[in-house]
Formats: sequence, C-alpha cells, structure tokens
Amino acid sequence: MRKISLDKLNQLFSKIAETQTLYMPVDTKTGARYEKWEEGKELSDALNTVRSAKDFFFPQTENLMDFKMEGKNIEIIDTRNEAEDFVIFGVRACDVKSFEILDRVFLADPADSYYENRRNHGTIVSMACTRPVETCFCQTFDIDAASPEGDVVCHKTDDALYLEAKSDKGEALLNSLNDVTEDTDGSAVDEQVKTVHERMSRLPLASLSADAFGADKTKEFFDRPEWAELSQSCLGCGTCTFVCPTCQCYDIKDFNTGHGVKRFRCWDSCMYSNFTKMSAGQPRLTQVERFRQRFMHKLVYYPTNNDGLFSCVGCGRCLSKCPIQMNIVKVMKKLGGKSND
Amino acid sequence: MQEIKREILINKAKDLLADGTVDRVLGWKAGEFDYDVTPAVFNSADEIEGDFVWNGFCGANFSKYLVKETLKGDGKVLVFLKPCDTYSFNQLLTEHRFDREKVYAVGVPCNGMVDVNKIKEETDSVVSIDFDGGNTVVHTLYDGDLSLPTEKLLSERCVNCKSKKHVAYDELLGEDGEVCDSGRFDEVARLEKMTPDERFEFWQNELSRCIRCNACRDVCPACTCEKCVFDNPESPVENKAPANSFEEKMFHIIRAFHVVGRCTDCGECSRVCPQHIPLHLLNRKFIKDIDELYGEYQAGSVLGNRAPIVDYKLDDAEPSEAVERGDENA
Amino acid sequence: MIDIKEPLIPVVGVVTDIRIDTPDVKTFRVVTPDGKKAFEHMPGQCAMLSIPGVGEAMFSITSSPTNTEFMEFSIKKCGCVTQWLHSMEVGQQITIRGPYGHPFPVDTEFAGHDMLFIAGGIGLAPLRSVINYCRHYRDRYGKIDIVYGSRSMQDLVDYKEIIDEWSKDAGVNVHLTIDREQPEWDGHVGFVPNYVKELGFSTDKIAILCGPPIMIKFTLAGLLELGFDKTQVYTTMELRMKCGIGKCGRCNIGSKYVCKDGPVFRFDEIDELPDEY
Repeated sequence: MRKISLDKLNQLFSKIAETQTLYMPVDTKTGARYEKWEEGKELSDALNTVRSAKDFFFPQTENLMDFKMEGKNIEIIDTRNEAEDFVIFGVRACDVKSFEILDRVFLADPADSYYENRRNHGTIVSMACTRPVETCFCQTFDIDAASPEGDVVCHKTDDALYLEAKSDKGEALLNSLNDVTEDTDGSAVDEQVKTVHERMSRLPLASLSADAFGADKTKEFFDRPEWAELSQSCLGCGTCTFVCPTCQCYDIKDFNTGHGVKRFRCWDSCMYSNFTKMSAGQPRLTQVERFRQRFMHKLVYYPTNNDGLFSCVGCGRCLSKCPIQMNIVKVMKKLGGKSND
Repeated sequence: MQEIKREILINKAKDLLADGTVDRVLGWKAGEFDYDVTPAVFNSADEIEGDFVWNGFCGANFSKYLVKETLKGDGKVLVFLKPCDTYSFNQLLTEHRFDREKVYAVGVPCNGMVDVNKIKEETDSVVSIDFDGGNTVVHTLYDGDLSLPTEKLLSERCVNCKSKKHVAYDELLGEDGEVCDSGRFDEVARLEKMTPDERFEFWQNELSRCIRCNACRDVCPACTCEKCVFDNPESPVENKAPANSFEEKMFHIIRAFHVVGRCTDCGECSRVCPQHIPLHLLNRKFIKDIDELYGEYQAGSVLGNRAPIVDYKLDDAEPSEAVERGDENA
Repeated sequence: MIDIKEPLIPVVGVVTDIRIDTPDVKTFRVVTPDGKKAFEHMPGQCAMLSIPGVGEAMFSITSSPTNTEFMEFSIKKCGCVTQWLHSMEVGQQITIRGPYGHPFPVDTEFAGHDMLFIAGGIGLAPLRSVINYCRHYRDRYGKIDIVYGSRSMQDLVDYKEIIDEWSKDAGVNVHLTIDREQPEWDGHVGFVPNYVKELGFSTDKIAILCGPPIMIKFTLAGLLELGFDKTQVYTTMELRMKCGIGKCGRCNIGSKYVCKDGPVFRFDEIDELPDEY
C-alpha cells in the first residue's frame, strides 16, 4: 500500500496528468460532477456526482459513424478516434460496481466495440466512502462502500490518501507514482474501514433486502397488482434512467447535418412512451407497463440473464432525483414484503 | 410549518369520502425520510389515515394529474390545491383539459414549501425532519440535530411567491391570502441587463447540464399535448438527445415558446430538474415581456381569460417594438 | 453465435432488383457493391437495413441461405423506413448489417419431419426462407404442407413463385385462401385459422406459424384442438429493435430479447414469457 499526505494531492494529480487524461469529481454550485483535472481543480468530497460515472464508457450522445450520400451511392465513414488513456479518479464503490453490470451487457458477445475501446483505455481509481447517507443502500447488493473494487482503491483519512493496486492496470499506475507516494502499512485504513462499517450498519436503509427478488422470478412479480399503484403518479420522464449508473438502454438516430448524415447513439429510457412504439403496435401501452419494465429489469430480468446479479447498485441517485419521489426502494418494500423495519 | 394542520385535511378528505361527494382523493403520500413525498390517489379513510402527508414538502402541483384522473371512473376526485396550484387549475380548465364536474377542489393555505436541496447544503444526511414553529429541525446521521430557520430553506418559487390567494376552489380551508408583491422578476431583470454575450454565456452554462430527461416537460401543467412534438417520430425535431449544443438549447427555448401566455409560473419545471437548471427564468422572461408590452397578465388568474398573445387588439404592441427593445438591450 | 466484429457498423448493399408483390409489399434483392452476398445466414434470421438519414429497421431475410447469389427482403410499407424503401429505384445503395437472432432449427429439430407452414399476409416473408430451404434439401424432410391466406388474391405475396414452383414440387401441398370472394378467384375463401381446421392435419409434424397476432392466436388454438402439442409449433416474433444484439434494451419480453434470443420461438417457450408482446 502507498500513501501521500493530503497537502501533496496536487503533486499526485499532476503526475498522473503528465501521461494520461485525469478526470475527477469536482464541486460545482449544482452538485459534484466529473471534470478533466487541471491545475487548481480540487477533488470533491461529495458522496456522489449528480451524473454517474457511466458517461465515461457510455456517453449520453456519441457519433457512431458518418455517411456520405451521393446520388444512389453511400459511403460509410468510421469516425472513431478515441485512443487516449485516461484515469477516472475517486469513483465510489456503487459506481465501480455499475461498470461490471454494464460490462455484462456491452461486452457480451458480440461486444460493443465503442464501449470496449473506452473500457480498455480507462483506469478506475476508486474512493472508499466515509460518510454514507440516508439514501445509500449499496449493502443491499453486497457492495462494500468502505472497500470498493477498482484498478486502484483509495482511502482518504484526515491527513492522507492511501492507495492500493488491485489489477495490473492499477499496478502500472501506482508504480508510475512512486516518486510522489511512500510505502505504508494498512493500519490506518483498517481502522477507517471498521468505522465506516459501523456507520453503514446504522443507515436507515441498512436492512433493505433484495432477497425476495432475483433470477427466474418473472411469474412471481409480473402480474402483481401493486404495479398500478406504484406507477400511478409516474410522470414518464427519464430522470431515474438517466441518473442511474446501470441503466443502459439506448437509441440509434440519424441526423442530417445538411452536409451528410451522422448516425449517433444516445441514452434512451424504457419509461418513455415511444420506447417500444412500432408502426405495427405498442407492447407497453401505459405507464404501468413501462414502469414495471424498468424495475422488473433491475430486479428480475437482469439477474435471470446474469447469474443472479442485480442491476442496481444502491447509489441512491433516483431517490434524490425522481420528480415524484418514487424509486426502487419504495418498489422493493412494496413488492418484497417484509424487507425492512 | 404549515398553519393548517394535517388533521384538518385528513378530516375533510374523510368527510367528503364518507358523504359520497368524492370517491377518491389526490394527495401527498409519506415516503422514507419525510422529504420524499409522492403524489398518490387515496381510496379509503384507512389509506388516508395511514399515509396522507401535509407538511413542508408537499410542493407537487396536482392540477396536471387531473387531466388523466378525471378520465377514470364516474365519481369525483378530491384535490387539494395550494394557492399557486389554483392558477394551473384554472388555466387547464380554460384550455378545456379536464371536466370540472369530476373534481372537488379544496383550497389549502400555504406558507411556502421547503427545498430539500437547501437543507442538503447544510448537512449531507437527512434522516428525518420536524417542523417546529419557524424552524426546521433536521435529524442527521453525523451532524446531530440541526435547527434551521424555515424561511431560509424555502424553494425559490416560494421565496418569490406570486400569490397566497386561491383563484379557484369549491371549498377553502382556513383564511385566504392576497396576491403577493414578489420579486420574481428581479433575476430576469438582472439577465436583461447583461450584454448578449454574457447572457449567452449564462444560458450556455445552465443548459449545457441538461440531460434531456424531459422531467420539466412531463411535470409542466401547460404541457398537456397528447403527443409532444419532441416525441413524434413524424416530426423533424423528434429526438432524445441533442446531436449538438445548439439543439440542446433549442429544446428549452422552443418549449418556453410553446407555453407562452399559458405558463402560470408555477415553478414545477425548476423544482424537478435533476440538474438544477433555472428553467423558470425562461418562462418568467416571457411573462415579464407580456406584462410590459401588453399590460399585466397572469395566466390562470381568471377562468376563461385569453392570453394577450392570442387575443388581437387594435392597440397591441407592434413587432417592431420588441425588435427595438432588443436593440436597446444589445 | 454471431460473428460480427463491428456489430453496429453496416456494410453497403446495392438493390439490384425490385419486385412488386402486392399493392403494399415489394421484394428487394440486395448484394454488396462487388456483387456478392453481404453475409451468410440461416432461415429465420434477420438483418438491419437502413437508409442513412431516414432510419434503420429490422427485417427477416426472405431468401433461403441456399441461394448463393443474393439476399431478398419482402417488405410491407407501413412506417418511415419502409416507405422510403418502397420509393427506391434499382441501383440504389442502402446499408445492411446482420445476421441477427436464432434461426429456425432446420437442421436439428425439423430434420426428418413432415412440415406444416401456416402464414397470413406478409407473414409469409420469414417463412419463405424456411420453405425454400426445405425444398432445396428435400430429402431431409417429409411431406410439406403450406397454408397461406391473405385479404385478397392481390395481397398474396410471392404468388408467382408459389404457383410456378412450390405447388409443382413433389410432396409439397399448397393450400391458398383469401378472406373474401373475388370473381377471378376459384380457390378457397375464408380465414386461415378455420381453413387449417377444415384441412384437419395429422399431428405427426412440425408446424410454423407467422402472421398477424389475431391469426396466430386462433390458428394456434385450432392446432391445439387438432391435437398438436405446443412443443411442435414455432413462430417468429417482431418487436421494436435498434441494435439487433440484445443491448439497446427495447425488444425484451421478460428476460428474453427478441433480437438475440428470438425471433424464432417455440410456443412452449412463449408460455414461459410474460404476456407483453
């Protein structure tokens, strides 16, 4: 394990930025967000960024390809040029876990080469949480906020940052930082992890359980009458899906620039009324079906296809962002029976 | 913090259910942490007794829900309306968006609603909240109990409350208030004084955060089209994400144009924006312009009123006036 | 099973022939600019066709893989993309990617069996690929029955091929029907589900259904009445698709993605899915 005192963090960042693009959460008036680090920017202590870290691998909008149209002829132009290595610094345990959940979709055969390319170029430096809040429920999904996964795992104490490599990529990154870090044992970290575990056990949602849900339970939950009540005031907006680190539905659209056609991919939402609309019909006619789809996907369908892994990481973004304050916790409590209390 | 107590609303709802005036109640439902209140339909006295909430977090404007709710069943629905909600209620009625006969509207006085984000600027965790006189007591995980003056926590639209007077109801609980002399156009005036470049910079910065979740549109009581132009595959502007930064701005500007003269300035758009974009300022700019060019006009204040923008008069402002004003601002 | 390095990037295809099948169905022949097939496929698989600037949509490949020269798509005009395709002229380039989805188990579960194909309207399009595959490898299959119906005689897709080729094959019986009487029609009149019951097939065969949902519903009921088991009956499904590779998230029925796990399903498999299609 390596360590660096907090007053030297800037040296650490500028060292990383010498060879790779460095992104980290910084505070803004409207909450923390990932920004490219440059001299003067400070690492935010915020628990979560407003937008999740999925943008780095699955951006909201991306140009997939261009088309040149001439008469009856079409030329397809591959527009990709992303070849830069980058480091995402300070990713919380929940968001790190979301990458595994996204990987299982995007990297499943046939892999999405756009996503895969970014994934290969990115190094994840995670940051253990110290002050989880009332909207946190990562432990419901067996995520340890105090000891996240990642290529490099960081723990921040009052005076120092502790760094530990967990992969070859992480090893390489840490080795390149030997000039500015020093060797240390993990005792300070162990102490902090203990404190945070104790804090996590006292969180209001600490006893929320997902045990009622999981693989192959479609029939058990699909026709439950509670869906109507749960979804009755849903606006059908995409806020939950767009702030969610694991939502990965997308649309592919063409945009005629006047000089050619750009085909781009953008986030889409199963909550939208036109998501499944075809010229021939619409399998999800009302918001009840759309709402059900989103939560069935996270709690049943995804686990069915992915060895029981849930497609929620308990980051709590939907809890704080839904315009009508409906969210997966309320859904789980309503449908899962005696989960809490 | 609200003068009128939850019990009064609950009793009213139970009475109206019991005497058959209504068969369901549109109200606010308790969540996990006091601040996460959800709009809900209550069907029985038991449901109301258990989960009905009336506190400083009942910001949701129910008027738009009536469009769909009144299409269900034959009975009347009871809706509780804060003063600002009654303007949207009237405006929707003016546009014939729901059947007035299917609604029993009870006006509720309001002292303003709290913006939980302002609490979260003071502490990172909010386990529960009590209102104690003029103070909001926040029980936190790490900072103990914080007692904060409620007036410092009010959401922007409540700080600049336009009216404590109900403009539509079947019945009123408590005393009605007056139309307020608010400073709601101050920020618009500040933006107007900017140079075009500064103003562009301001909006560029604000709108660049948009994630196109459509929450602003979907919550907006003025946006009740059955099929929004932005969702219609037959429309050339249908899209789910901006292909470039120009489009990103256009979505909000087009939307502001679409609600001109119909926006009551209820502020729901800004309340629900996950990115805290001050969308209400776009609408207020239009309202301020209408006030200045055509005389004061408050959408929804009178049932059946025609907005000046769709009501031709001989002495209407000429388009050139707007252009000249634009030059002055440039 | 899909071997596509760039699953979202299409190749250019040239439309070399356009056949007008019915007032709203045309069949397009597509090859690459150097005159080859864009890729190999199996019966029941689909491809994404697109006109840049208009959109991309999923279509079943109606030609048989045994056709070594080109691919064909029979397409009904019903939305933006299909309207554009219908307005094309020969020589127009489009883009094509695929193949997507699981094919019919023509070489395994179907092998050695009598086959019963039942189609309504444009529903013949996905079956044509299987029918021609079975005809090509005639000795691998038993007797072949084809029941096909449409609104009118003019709405029968591939009519010429059915009359000139299919009905002339040994061991192939074609049963055509149209919904309403027409002066120039001397064949059967009536809806497909009833016709199937009237014909009364023995249950020792594999049945494949494709057509409008209402036809599927009643034909399946009829087959079950005749004694068929759901494990003997197949269909191919269609929902809105964007990626074709099970990632964009919109064509699922429960945990199954039509583009990846389908489009071919057996009815006992469909029973396991929630009713949302």
